[in-house]
Amino acid sequence: MTRKAWRPWGLFAWLAGILFALPVLWMVLTSFHSESDAATNPPSLLAPLTLSGYEEFFGAGSGASPWPPLINSASASIGSTVIVLLLAIPAAYALSIKPVRKWSDVLFFFLSTKMLPVVAGTLPIYLFAQFSGLLDNISFLTILYTSMNLPIAVWLMRSFLAEVPVEMLEAAQLDGAGLVTTLRRVVAPVAMPGIAATSLICFIFSWNELLFARVLTGVVAGTAPVFLTSFVTSQGLFLAKVCAAATVISLPVLAAGFAAQDKLVQGLSLGAVK
Amino acid sequence: MARIGARRAVGAATGAMLVAAALTACSGAGGGGAGGANSINVLMVNNPQMVDLQKLTADNFTKQTGITVNFTVLPENDVRDKISQDFSSQAGQYDVATISNYEIPFYAKNGWLAPLDEHISKDTAFDQNDILEPMRVSLTAEDGKVYGEPFYGESSFLMYRKDVFQAKGLTMPANPTWQQVADLAAQADGAQPGMKGICLRGQPGWGEVMAPLDTVVNTFGGTWFTKDWQAQLTSPEFKQATQFYVDLVKAHGESGAPQAGFSECLNNLEQGKVAMWYDATSAAGSLEAKESPVAGKLGYVPAPVMKTKSAGWLYTWAWGVQKASKKQDNAWKFLSWASGKDYENLVGKQLGWSRVPAGKRASTYENADYVKTAGAFAEQTKNAISSADPKNPGVQPRPTLGIQFVDIPEFTDLGTKVSQQISSAIAGSTTVDAALEASQQLAAQVATKYQGK
Amino acid sequence: MATQTLDRPLATSVNRGPKRAAEWARRAPLLPALVFTIIITQLPFVATLIISFLRWNALDPSNQGFAGLGNYIAVATDDALRSSVVSTVILTVAVVVVSLLLGLGLALLLDQRFRGRGFVRTMLIAPFLVVPVAAALLWKHVLYNPEYGLLNGALTWIWGLFGGTAPPQPDWISTMPKIAVEAALVWQWTPFMMLILLAGLQSRPFDAIEAARMDGATPWQIFRYLTLPHLRQYLELGGLLGSIYIVQNFDAVFTITSGGLGTANLPYTIYQTFFQAHDYGQASAAGVIVVIASIVIATFALRVVSSLLRNEVKS
Repeated sequence: MTRKAWRPWGLFAWLAGILFALPVLWMVLTSFHSESDAATNPPSLLAPLTLSGYEEFFGAGSGASPWPPLINSASASIGSTVIVLLLAIPAAYALSIKPVRKWSDVLFFFLSTKMLPVVAGTLPIYLFAQFSGLLDNISFLTILYTSMNLPIAVWLMRSFLAEVPVEMLEAAQLDGAGLVTTLRRVVAPVAMPGIAATSLICFIFSWNELLFARVLTGVVAGTAPVFLTSFVTSQGLFLAKVCAAATVISLPVLAAGFAAQDKLVQGLSLGAVK
Repeated sequence: MARIGARRAVGAATGAMLVAAALTACSGAGGGGAGGANSINVLMVNNPQMVDLQKLTADNFTKQTGITVNFTVLPENDVRDKISQDFSSQAGQYDVATISNYEIPFYAKNGWLAPLDEHISKDTAFDQNDILEPMRVSLTAEDGKVYGEPFYGESSFLMYRKDVFQAKGLTMPANPTWQQVADLAAQADGAQPGMKGICLRGQPGWGEVMAPLDTVVNTFGGTWFTKDWQAQLTSPEFKQATQFYVDLVKAHGESGAPQAGFSECLNNLEQGKVAMWYDATSAAGSLEAKESPVAGKLGYVPAPVMKTKSAGWLYTWAWGVQKASKKQDNAWKFLSWASGKDYENLVGKQLGWSRVPAGKRASTYENADYVKTAGAFAEQTKNAISSADPKNPGVQPRPTLGIQFVDIPEFTDLGTKVSQQISSAIAGSTTVDAALEASQQLAAQVATKYQGK
Repeated sequence: MATQTLDRPLATSVNRGPKRAAEWARRAPLLPALVFTIIITQLPFVATLIISFLRWNALDPSNQGFAGLGNYIAVATDDALRSSVVSTVILTVAVVVVSLLLGLGLALLLDQRFRGRGFVRTMLIAPFLVVPVAAALLWKHVLYNPEYGLLNGALTWIWGLFGGTAPPQPDWISTMPKIAVEAALVWQWTPFMMLILLAGLQSRPFDAIEAARMDGATPWQIFRYLTLPHLRQYLELGGLLGSIYIVQNFDAVFTITSGGLGTANLPYTIYQTFFQAHDYGQASAAGVIVVIASIVIATFALRVVSSLLRNEVKS
């Protein structure tokens, strides 16, 4: 390997990295500017920093607290992730370790539900929610997020459980080990990284979801992305506020994603890339 | 072995379902609580006046009445979707919403709003007759009942930089015609480096570019529909007006016109990027505020005309009460407070008189404190609103209410589609003729529903 | 059949005992997830199918009833829907192809050794981790705004450096609406493609490459004849997954252009018919047509997946 010849690539990579991160960095910088400094041309790079955007986000101007929507988002995301895992792991088990007949058809059925346009189902879901008093109810949103993420989770968990060495399973059975022991000794070590990847992916997708949240929530169950859009106004400046809100709301995803980059790749590729 | 496995597996699955159900129940416990007997839910547009209201509610309204108000605030387009979704299905999530004078008549006709007459007659302190007449007319439905109370109202007028005009030796007539405005725009163009002649909205949206354009169409003698619902978008008057508007904004209008709306133009005028601006009277409040760089430098004249005497639009964000709401009395208490005289005084004293939600009550313009602050534009605003005639804004009889809109539910969709065509014409990607040709077909399609009704 | 080749030996080995009970024992763990998915994702479509035959506009409550095929005829002759089909295809193909190519380039760069590689990788992932609606708002208001957006601000700044007084100030969204939406999405999806392709690159058989180099192969030949064939399934995977998500994109179109200027894609158009025009019948008919089209395309796409599965991508 002739390392020296590759030197300029490092420079290119750095440039590309900065270019891609620039909008995010600019968003963070703008969030610390005053509204009037945020809307200048040319941009005020060195304008004095202020927390007023964040104060607005936390309700200084309107008295509206961001905590209910943040808590709603957290409970819908975490709640649906837990339910997804509870449903997906047994299903993945039945599709890999002790597969049912035609298991691959079942697997494809799960994936095919991801290809159907969500929007075509929103009206019946809305009408159903209204009819049964589930509008503006975070539990109902949690269920929908569960259905949204379950197919991905089943694929992902299956691809991990398919790695469980069959010989070891059979050996454990021959040794008379019970199901629980087998699960713990043989399956769990392979499954744990899969569970981590699945959780991360389900959490991010639920946290990011906008369409259902917009249509189905109102006063009490509004989620963080819906709350974010409320900072846009057709009258007056709002860039700093929106940037502050966008930064706070993206923070959980950014933190989780940076901390677990490999899990992110596994999750997004439905476990095909490990 | 297989049997034991089966039992365990079934057990585990059932357990999982139970845990899932329990978890959902828990996560739901936090929600669902916002429906307390002594609270109301209000859905409103994210405009500064509403944000002020949101801030003042707890310490004033709630303290006086004990009624808690839960607000949902959304930007204009989103709020309209949400309101029509909730009200059309009578889902009853919201007791009160900000509804404009565009929606109120047909919302009322569809039975989605609660009539307010009974409350009005009982609540004498509210003083319904103090509300300006065009406002009252536009919030009254076909059945003669009142279905909304204005929070603030506006018409449109022309704003211009007096200092720039003086420096260039230009004079603004007291009642300009559009031709005069176009000439002035050409002369003021480039009066200062980077300054354009005039700012006119170009952003797609029936409430964006269509609002000023429709007032131009009206005064040029055009109309969307004749009395018997014949679409008229390709009539010579409509074409002439649109061509005029598009040409003016292309030649002497702001940069980025196809995406410019109210806030972009406001910013342009404040930053000295345009010499004139034709838009809502409510803009004057921000322009004359202390922190505005152009405060005191602006002149205001009525909306430019051609064939009509006046041309300003009429718009109000009003409060409507959902018929399905089970808290009608509390809802009225909120309306009475928010649209009342005392609220204007409260805002004036606590936040400054320039932030008063004005343009709805005659008494506002007799209030010495208000007139002192808003002197530059108060008279012009009141005149503009009072001279607006939502029933007869053009040169021919109209099938329904509306100056800068046609008061039918389909207009949101139709107006938006047409506005996209106009916006493309301003961007130069299509011609005015082609844009109106396409728009005419859309309008004709809508009109067939109403013909013979 | 893919099904046969994929079955694992274990499936046949446990075939004793009462057959029925054993089969149900196998199915039991699967059933909760399967039933749940069928109820929540399939039932609404049945309702959509029924509504699509009704004359039902919430704005016109007095005029409701059975419409027969009326809604389908209206949909078929609706220019807006037809143009949104085209927009959807253009948007999906453009975003997937461009972000795959950019992702490939970035993955190749990151595959090199240089100082701060981990940090650069972190910077490159950042766009993907911004909440999509936040990203869309960021592009629309903070970057594209013709008055004070960063793009035009930067132009003013650069012109200023060279003493220019009249920098070009293009109105990005209205002059190039499709590209504006696509650029924002490419920015978000390139990191995703890069991550998948990087995983592919790092799973290359090292000895084969070393051997080729010994034999005097040029870097281009190595890329063309060793790396690229190896990456093929990763490219397919990225393309497929990207398409699944971008076809359904709603946030970016809704936020950046509100569907104006010819950018309305299918999800947006159907949303608009549902929740702005309130024509439930017509929107449902459009929904049904889109679902049928999706099934056709999905069947094709699933074939690609199954070929991917057969070669089980592993590192």
